[in-house]
Amino acid sequence: MISAAENMLVKFDDVSFSYGNTPILNGVNLAIPRGQVIAIMGGSGSGKTTLLRLIGGEARPTAGTVHVAGEIVHELDRNRLFRLRRKMGMLFQFGALFTDLSVFDNVAFQMREHTDLPEDMIRDLVLMKLHAVGLRGAHHLMPTELSGGMARRVALARSIALDPMLMMFDEPFTGLDPISLGVIGGLIRRLTDALGMTSILVTHDVQESLQIVDHVYFLADGKIVAHGTPEEVSQSATPFVHQFIHGEVDGPVPFHYQARAYADDLGIRLK
Amino acid sequence: MIDGIWRLGGASHFILLVLLKSWTSFARPRLITREIYYAGVMSLVIITVSGLFVGLVLGLQGYETLQKFGSESAVGTLVALSLVRELGPVVAGLLFASRAGSAMTAEIGLMKATEQLSAMGMMAVDPIARVVAPKFWAGVFSMPLLAAMFSVMGVFGGYLVTVVVIGVDEGSFWSQMQNAVDFRYDIVNGVIKSCCFGVVITAIAVFEGFDAPPTAEGVSMATTRTVVTSSLAILGLDFVLTAFMFRGVA
Amino acid sequence: MQRTVMDFWVGVFVMAGMGALLILGLKVGNLTSYQSEDSYTLLGNFENIGGLKIRAPVKSAGVVVGRVTHIEFSLETYDAVVTLSMDSRYRFPKDTFASILTSGLLGEQYVGLLPGGDEDMLKNGERFMKTNSAVVLEEMIGRFLFNKAAGD
Repeated sequence: MISAAENMLVKFDDVSFSYGNTPILNGVNLAIPRGQVIAIMGGSGSGKTTLLRLIGGEARPTAGTVHVAGEIVHELDRNRLFRLRRKMGMLFQFGALFTDLSVFDNVAFQMREHTDLPEDMIRDLVLMKLHAVGLRGAHHLMPTELSGGMARRVALARSIALDPMLMMFDEPFTGLDPISLGVIGGLIRRLTDALGMTSILVTHDVQESLQIVDHVYFLADGKIVAHGTPEEVSQSATPFVHQFIHGEVDGPVPFHYQARAYADDLGIRLK
Repeated sequence: MIDGIWRLGGASHFILLVLLKSWTSFARPRLITREIYYAGVMSLVIITVSGLFVGLVLGLQGYETLQKFGSESAVGTLVALSLVRELGPVVAGLLFASRAGSAMTAEIGLMKATEQLSAMGMMAVDPIARVVAPKFWAGVFSMPLLAAMFSVMGVFGGYLVTVVVIGVDEGSFWSQMQNAVDFRYDIVNGVIKSCCFGVVITAIAVFEGFDAPPTAEGVSMATTRTVVTSSLAILGLDFVLTAFMFRGVA
Repeated sequence: MQRTVMDFWVGVFVMAGMGALLILGLKVGNLTSYQSEDSYTLLGNFENIGGLKIRAPVKSAGVVVGRVTHIEFSLETYDAVVTLSMDSRYRFPKDTFASILTSGLLGEQYVGLLPGGDEDMLKNGERFMKTNSAVVLEEMIGRFLFNKAAGD
């Protein structure tokens, strides 16, 4: 993926990351162009969420560089980092809405904190964002009164409040019913196109994501092991990709956790 | 042991950050007001009722003992000095740690566990400045007020049981007390104590919340730690402060 | 709406707290009779100050007219120099007696002033001409025994 760096919104150059003594990422090379919906897939604990945290500057790599919009994220001082973050939005796994604020106040949060817009203008903007996710009528509710899917939609409205250039989604499809799945997936695609954003989805939901993304990356053993368009990927013969896409029980990711020989554990001696 | 020193260092660093990032709280007093409501106003009931009961007991026990020496009229002095110098700041501090301190720890810890703090950070709002610092200043501000209210309710309780119920002379109750309690020495020192306690309790509470592992178990252990550590810190600090302040008296 | 209610209760809370502090200061303590800035200093040399402490009251006719602010040992006269902060409203003649007395039998010690008849008043920083030291219990008992022995 060696293209003109300016065209790439996010670029990982040989990035490694360890949590304490545990290596999580080991030489990740990744380049994400503008205007696309990208999925990053991998098994649980493969480091997908870490990639998002590195992009957002919540974590810093132990080796390599992370570029976002031409800036090296982990070398920014606090003010520049915060200014970069205002151009990013992140949807957390369970929404992470502020439980002491209403839906309306949650969506209005960024507008009130970072802009000097008058309240009536904020009101219009909040209702517009909520309308985009279909929850304008729920603006007076408290987060505890929302279902999982609704909470996530509100969180989505909240993160696009200031029209970011980059949206990151941490497991947006986890734990949703089929209808909500369709709703969220559709929203991600439509909003990315409508607002001219770039979206990065971290997920292991194959079915839903392949329907909406432009490109898929597979993360395993701390590296990008495969990538391609949804069509290429679903027909891929690479063992890991194949096992992942088709949900096979055994393959490069083994079924059995490391253990002694079965016979030994049961105390049987084979003749 | 080493782990404890490590945490102490981490805690000090965190509190320093809280102090440095406090100007947001002062620029937007509404943030602090909200926290004063949850920490101070909600503690009013337990503080005033406990103060009353402590005063009642002090009056009763004090009268019992002083009566043996024929000095019942000094019971006002006994109640007032005990409360203003020691019981007011210390007991109010312990109650504040259990009620408001643990609530602060739980709230911050839960916000961390549900990724609300991360979300705030990703929206380019510093969670320490926006969530932690207002709680800190609210606690520091509320504590001396609560301790004063505790002492006043205690004196009133002492008055109730000795003058109204038992029948000690009302005039000597108040005059002996006013003669014995010195404003600068006893009351100001008591207020200084409660300010110190306020700082310590709130610092421990917000640190434990922010440092808590983002799980249900982690948060519950953090709240327990807040109460235990604050209580021990209050009692230890009380000794140190008392030794400094009241050493020159006798 | 919710915010205004909260503000109200916080206001109540702060007022109650300030009120409590005020009550403590005025009713429980002795703020009203607190020494104001209007004071002048007098000095007194005593052979023995006994148990006199700083902040002990200075009384004349039983009324508090000042406070002991400083106690020092003088290498020139080898006795105790006591500094008194006197309320400016009360001036005393130059031949006033300053004695160290005990309130009650075993109470705290204080400085008692017995005014003389001089027309000139003591000014700021001046010294008492006549002082009586504290009565030391052991000396008194010793004198009593000596008198008894001499009397027999």
